[in-house]
Amino acid sequence: MGAVFLNIPWGIVLILLPLAAAMACFLWPAVAKSVGLVTVSVVALSVVGLVWQVIESGVYRHAVGGWGAPLGIDLYADGLSLLMLAITALVGLAVSVYSTAYFEQPLSARFWPLWLFLLAALNALFLSADIFNLYVTLELMGLAAVALTALSGGRDALSGAMRYLLAALLGSLAYLFGVALLYHGFGSVDIAILAQRVEAIPVTWAALGLMSAGLVLKTALFPFHFWLPPAHASAPAPVSAALSALVVKGSFYILLRLWLKIFGPLGVDGVEGLLGLLGAAAVLWGSLQALRQTRLKLLIAYSTVAQIGYLFLAFSLAMGGGVMAWGAAAYLALSHALAKAAMFLVAGNLLRFGGHDRISDLDRVVQRLPLTMAAFALAGVSIMGLPPSGGFIGKWLLLESALVQGRWDLVAVMIFGGLLAAGYVFKVLGYAFTQAAAPHEAKAVPASMEWAALSLAATAILLGFLASLLLSLVGIGNPFGAGEVTP
Amino acid sequence: MNAAFLYALVGVGLFFLGLYALIVHTHLLRKILALNVMGSGVFLVLVALAKRTGNATPDPVPHAMVITGIVVAVSATALALTLMVRVAAETGRAELPDEERE
Amino acid sequence: MGRHRWLLFLLMLALTIGLACAILSLPDHMEGLQKVVANKMEVSGVSHPVTAVLLNFRGYDTLLEMVVLLLALLGVWSLGGPRPRSEIAPGPVLDCLARLLAPVFILVSAYLLWVGAHAPGGAFQAGSVLGAAGVLLLLAGWRLRFSLAQLPLRLVLIAGSAAFVAMAALTLFGAGRLLEYPPAQAGILILILETVATVSIGVTLAALFLGAPPEQKEKQ
Repeated sequence: MGAVFLNIPWGIVLILLPLAAAMACFLWPAVAKSVGLVTVSVVALSVVGLVWQVIESGVYRHAVGGWGAPLGIDLYADGLSLLMLAITALVGLAVSVYSTAYFEQPLSARFWPLWLFLLAALNALFLSADIFNLYVTLELMGLAAVALTALSGGRDALSGAMRYLLAALLGSLAYLFGVALLYHGFGSVDIAILAQRVEAIPVTWAALGLMSAGLVLKTALFPFHFWLPPAHASAPAPVSAALSALVVKGSFYILLRLWLKIFGPLGVDGVEGLLGLLGAAAVLWGSLQALRQTRLKLLIAYSTVAQIGYLFLAFSLAMGGGVMAWGAAAYLALSHALAKAAMFLVAGNLLRFGGHDRISDLDRVVQRLPLTMAAFALAGVSIMGLPPSGGFIGKWLLLESALVQGRWDLVAVMIFGGLLAAGYVFKVLGYAFTQAAAPHEAKAVPASMEWAALSLAATAILLGFLASLLLSLVGIGNPFGAGEVTP
Repeated sequence: MNAAFLYALVGVGLFFLGLYALIVHTHLLRKILALNVMGSGVFLVLVALAKRTGNATPDPVPHAMVITGIVVAVSATALALTLMVRVAAETGRAELPDEERE
Repeated sequence: MGRHRWLLFLLMLALTIGLACAILSLPDHMEGLQKVVANKMEVSGVSHPVTAVLLNFRGYDTLLEMVVLLLALLGVWSLGGPRPRSEIAPGPVLDCLARLLAPVFILVSAYLLWVGAHAPGGAFQAGSVLGAAGVLLLLAGWRLRFSLAQLPLRLVLIAGSAAFVAMAALTLFGAGRLLEYPPAQAGILILILETVATVSIGVTLAALFLGAPPEQKEKQ
């Protein structure tokens, strides 16, 4: 039984099943919800299966078509891919449960195929080892995300989606240009082969610049973050959760892979410093803007901008020689995904409850929606980086790396950022306890929506206790090249 | 430097010409067209440099990549154009509100 | 504003020159993967290298690309399409042209599909021509009958991607590897995939042109 279980190609199931399910939902909208839920559950199980497979048999590499790189495309799963797949499955499961209650016809019939395609795109992205294939998955993910953002159809959603689409396409084209240069420079688009062949010639610098710029735009790093708050704030709540938690991590993952394998070993100093500087600016700017917001979804969206800054701080510290910072990046990505998704689901609950998301008008929701506000509080704990939570572990590892490298400026930024985060989280919680000026008619919020938000937030806290387990999992296959220090 | 490089340089020029137009123009249709021009530039670079094989047939892999790229570009353009029409219907103008950049 | 434009222009110029120098520094002669592809052509099932790469060696990219096209249509349909305009009856020239040209387009599309095995051509080229035929017919005022525009239309639209996914699943559980065609049947399998894909691509492109999703309820 165990042997049979191990031999099923779980990685490929992760890609093919959501594709097939999305097409089924398109054909028969009436069964879309059930098909969607079943698919997401099987996807979650498949991730468990893949994790077991990788733990037993080592890194998973599958040559599609039997050709193998450089002729064919390779699928590849190591610890980092597993982490991203796990995040996708967890958030995907919660968002799907939430969406069964959130969307009604006709929006429901449009949502499920697009959502399942987005899941397929994410899984395909995290499993790919071919930079051109990554371009196709990036576009698949981007188009699905844009279509989902525009789903509510209002004026804000449409212009937010349009801006998002233009930025996404620009980023993808810059990335593709880099792919073209790398192929014509070194004769392959496979990451492992490029890692062996790459040299420090002008074409490589051009590709590095183009691909980094494109991916940084897609990850909404300051100052390229302009498209994120309008898009994430005006999308339907479960879509916002998926966008902030998963979609921006997709382009960050590709940037990570490119730098870890191809560009990093070349020993570029300036770019890491620049990214670290932009990351610090993102933390400060995003947190300050979040404090200023009057609408909850915009506050949460700017908080995403700030948290992305932390990811790039970790990236910069890690490339500067701190291997510990990679663990920080992994932990930050994971806990942010869970906590931020929980926050957006909470915002959706509040919207359903009161019909608005104005922070100052939250009418004693702590008493009337206790589960929801508990979810927000727990998620806030992780975002602020308080113990015990995943966010705390991530920030702790980050602070340690900064201290080890003597980067007192970054330590100051992190501390200040944490204070600002506490500011905007407590702002919301504060208003949640008070009575609004004029009491509102309240609509009931379905239990599944409340529990989905709460379980995500609770998992973010739970991560605080699983540090050693998760960090050893991420290290499978040595994705971070521990032991190599850039000269 | 042979003829292939000349086409590749045209591709680079198209890319940055399109990027300039994307940033500078505010009308959405012009932005979408600018993105298409940039895409054509990248495809030209891919295909042109594939001709460097000497007397043998050109390298077929970039050609296949460009076919894939064209289909992706068409799909994205279709979605962008429909979004533009909807934005224009909702706001009365085919421009992004509160334009700061891009 | 004028000053900003000049600065931007200079920046673009500088980047262009920089990239041009980088590209010019590439060697004059590089064969890339041309020889690798040429060596494997006998087992690919077709005799044209681009078709072989697209449908066999890098068939996984093609699978995802079919899905991207379908996804764009889903996105366009979920946006609701443009405001319905009053339908103008086509003039006699357009009407006649559409009737004459549509069959020609379909024949050319079929030829392009067939010839793709040994010369430039294949599913995407044929599908584009078919899509153009669809656009011409739509411009001439032709619309699908209501009963055909629901499930049958949707089946045709997903057919291309579904065929690829089905092929992927079959090869996975048959040969053990994703999209690995047995060399003897590779040619016929590719032809089947391409045919289904052509029809699907053509219909999707025409639907993208029309923009609006088909009416859910029968209108008088």
